[in-house]
This record gives sequence, C-alpha cells and structure tokens, in this order.
Amino acid sequence: MSTGNMNLTLKIWRQKNTKAKGGLVDYKLSDISPDMSFLEMFDVLNEELISKGDEPVVFDHDCREGICGACSMFINGRPHGPKEGITTCQLHMRSFKDGDTIVVEPWRAKAFPVVKDLTVDRSAFDRVIAAGGFISVNTGNAQDANNLPIPKVQADSAFEAAACIGCGACVATCKNASAMLFVSAKVSQLAQLPQGQPERYRRVQTMVAQMDAEGFGNCTNTGACEAECPKGISLENIARMNRDYLSAKFVSEEDI
Amino acid sequence: MASFGNAFSSSIGKKLIMGITGLFLISFLAVHCFINALIFVNDGGLTFNVGAHFMATNWLIRAMEVVLMAGLLAHIIQGLRLVFQNQAARPVKYAVNNGAANSKWYSRSMGLLGTILLIFLIVHLSDFWVVSRFTGIPTVDSAGHENLFAVMVARFQTLWVVILYILAMVSLAYHLLHGFASAFQTLGWNHKKYTPLIKAFGIWYSIIIAILFAAMPVAIYAGLIK
Repeated sequence: MSTGNMNLTLKIWRQKNTKAKGGLVDYKLSDISPDMSFLEMFDVLNEELISKGDEPVVFDHDCREGICGACSMFINGRPHGPKEGITTCQLHMRSFKDGDTIVVEPWRAKAFPVVKDLTVDRSAFDRVIAAGGFISVNTGNAQDANNLPIPKVQADSAFEAAACIGCGACVATCKNASAMLFVSAKVSQLAQLPQGQPERYRRVQTMVAQMDAEGFGNCTNTGACEAECPKGISLENIARMNRDYLSAKFVSEEDI
Repeated sequence: MASFGNAFSSSIGKKLIMGITGLFLISFLAVHCFINALIFVNDGGLTFNVGAHFMATNWLIRAMEVVLMAGLLAHIIQGLRLVFQNQAARPVKYAVNNGAANSKWYSRSMGLLGTILLIFLIVHLSDFWVVSRFTGIPTVDSAGHENLFAVMVARFQTLWVVILYILAMVSLAYHLLHGFASAFQTLGWNHKKYTPLIKAFGIWYSIIIAILFAAMPVAIYAGLIK
C-alpha cells in the first residue's frame, strides 16, 4: 500500500429496476489511490463485487473526458460531487479524505426514472430536443466563412449556451427538478444565431411545452443549477428563454 | 384563430403570474409603508389619520384595493400550487442533499416564508382591515378623523402580537430578498447593466421596508409613539 491511499465507506443507492424499491447499501473500499477518478474507484468496487459473485453497481459513463454528459452521480448531496465546473468522471479521489463516507445517489426527478442503481432514463431531454431544438434547413456544403456576419459577443454567448452537454445536473440539483437551465441553453444556442431566427419563436414554445409535458418542475430562480452546471451555463439563458417565450405568446400571431 | 393558448398555465406562464403579482405587491408595500410611517411624526396619530382617511376615501385607491386583493389571492393560490407541483416533480427525495452549497436557504424556502406571511396576513387583516372596512373604527381624533391610530396603539400593547409582527417582517425581508430580483429574472429582464442594479436595489428595499414596518409595533409597545 503506497502512502496516501484511502479507505472509504460508500453508501450507494441500489435499485433492481424502475418499479423496485431501492435503498442505500454500504460498501467498504480499501487502498484507493487519490489519483483515481471517481469512476475508476467505482470500477474497483465493481471488480470486487463481480469477483465475489455480487451484482456490480450500474452507472452511466462514456467518454470519461468530461464532454459527453453521460455520467450522472449525486455525490454527498451535490451533482457531480463537491468540485465546481466538472463532471463526475473528472472528479478525483484526492477531493476526499481517508476514512470518508461518501453517499452516492442517482439523479432524482419524476421525469428521470431510475433504470437501475445509479442509471436514470434521461430520454425526456431527447424528446425536448426533438420538439424543436433544431433548424429545418437542408445542409449542403459549408458556406464561405464570412457570408453571415455574427457579432463576437453574440457568437460567444451562443457558444457558451451550446456548451451544455445535457447531463441533467441542473434537474438533479434543482429543488423543483426543473429543466429550465437545460432547455434555455438549447433555446439560446439557436436563438442567438442567424440560422436559428426563422423558427425562433415557434421553437421556444414547442420545447417549453414538451418540457412541461415531461413532468419537470417550475423554475424558482434559486440559481442552484447555474452553480452546479459542469459547463457553467448561465441563468441569463433562462431569462432569454422567458423573454422569447413571453414575446411569442403575447406578440406573435402564429398559433402553436 | 390565434389564441393565447397556455400562455398562463405553462411553467413560464405560472411564473409570469408570480412575478407580475409579486412586483405589484412590492409596489403596494412601498405605499403602505409610507402611509404607516406617518406615525413617526409622533403627533398622537393626527398626520397618520389624515393619510388613512385619504386611503379610505380616494376612489382610485378604493378601486386599487380590489386589484390588490385579486393580486394577493392570485399570488397566494399560484404560489401554493407551484409548491405542490414542484414537490411532485421529485417524488423520491435525496438521502443527502447539500442545498447550501449552491443556493441561499431563503431562495429555497419561498413557500415556507410565504406561508408564514399568509398566517400573519390573516391576523393582520382581521386586526386592521376588517376593523376599518367593516366593523368600524370606534373613535375619532381631535381633528375629527376616524382614529385608526388608536386602534393601532391598542393592538400593539400585547407582547405576542408585537413578536408575531416582528417575525412576519423577518420573513418578509427574506421573501423579498429572493423575490425582488427573481421577479425580474422571471420576466426575462436579465441584463448585464441593469441586473446588478436591480439586485442591489432589491436588497436595500427588502431590508428597509421590513425594518420600517417592524419598528412600528416595537415603537408603540415601547411607548415611544403615543
């Protein structure tokens, strides 16, 4: 055992399937390197469980580079754990101390039913995107770079919104399980670029309608989503979505 | 034919109602606080009674009273509905949830603070509004105006009433501390130049209004205002 390795107690939510009743189960892990990522620590745990003939803990993960939005653990009461601006896969064990107890739960929202253990079904997000998070143009060859001049501030702001990876941390941490930060990022990304203009006011209405239909809660502006977002998506996007939505409902003559 | 559709019943629409009624109630508080602060003239309530008389007889104010009651009811009913809907959006709660790491406690407790204010309002309205509108103010002052000031002084001789009013004003301060800037955000008024000003003004507004209101029962109970 190299110096600095840790012994940990994990309390992990185990649930057989969507319908089953779940509960927190305790696991002891020893000799965990502080240089491991949080997910690598789970790999070690699962190796141990498999060798004992137990069911491994099911959790979502994909790129492990902090850019895909797959990992989704609620660690010690915070989505993606105690650090800011990172996803769970970018969280390292050096953020914890020897002897710590770590509670790991799945995202909790009516719109995100648990599939198994720590994996939840986030296809509600996909359906919100399918409801309007696109532009209906035929793609062809790329245009000349300067065909559509876009002011720098606007391009930057659209890009910041586009950084959303759809992980669902905003929903997970919101006391209302509201998806407004996610939806507003997707709305804002297109609303600020010329290509997004023709469908701008239709899009915001159809996406909000789908968001509501999925059973997400209503935003109360606590700002928890912005604080926990691994990509730093700003509350300004929610204001922009509200603005576009209200303009659409009260100014546009088109019926959606 | 085009319609407003679910403009008011959607998630953003519901918040729109909270924001607009909230801002309206905030503006009402300023008027209410100004008129009541006339007791600090400390002339036995003569100035205050003139203000109260104006508020009770001016037709525009009387018309606005109806709008105020409607706005208040809308804010309360919509607020309660939102609390229950938002709780239903997370049927299984977290075993560990560190909300303090990412948001202010009062921004997460608007329903609770609002409920305290609702209980206070029931007491407060039966103390003064019911008396001045329905059962009648018993005495007149030396200038011949209905002596609402005397009703106020009589009410604030009881310690528990004073404590209730102070607690309610603490709740009001925190309710506004979140609600003021939040209403602007809901209406989509988020701007790099104006939002910092709105937030700063909201903080001052919340604290000053609550302190002024709380000072009234305290000053009367302490015998500073007679």
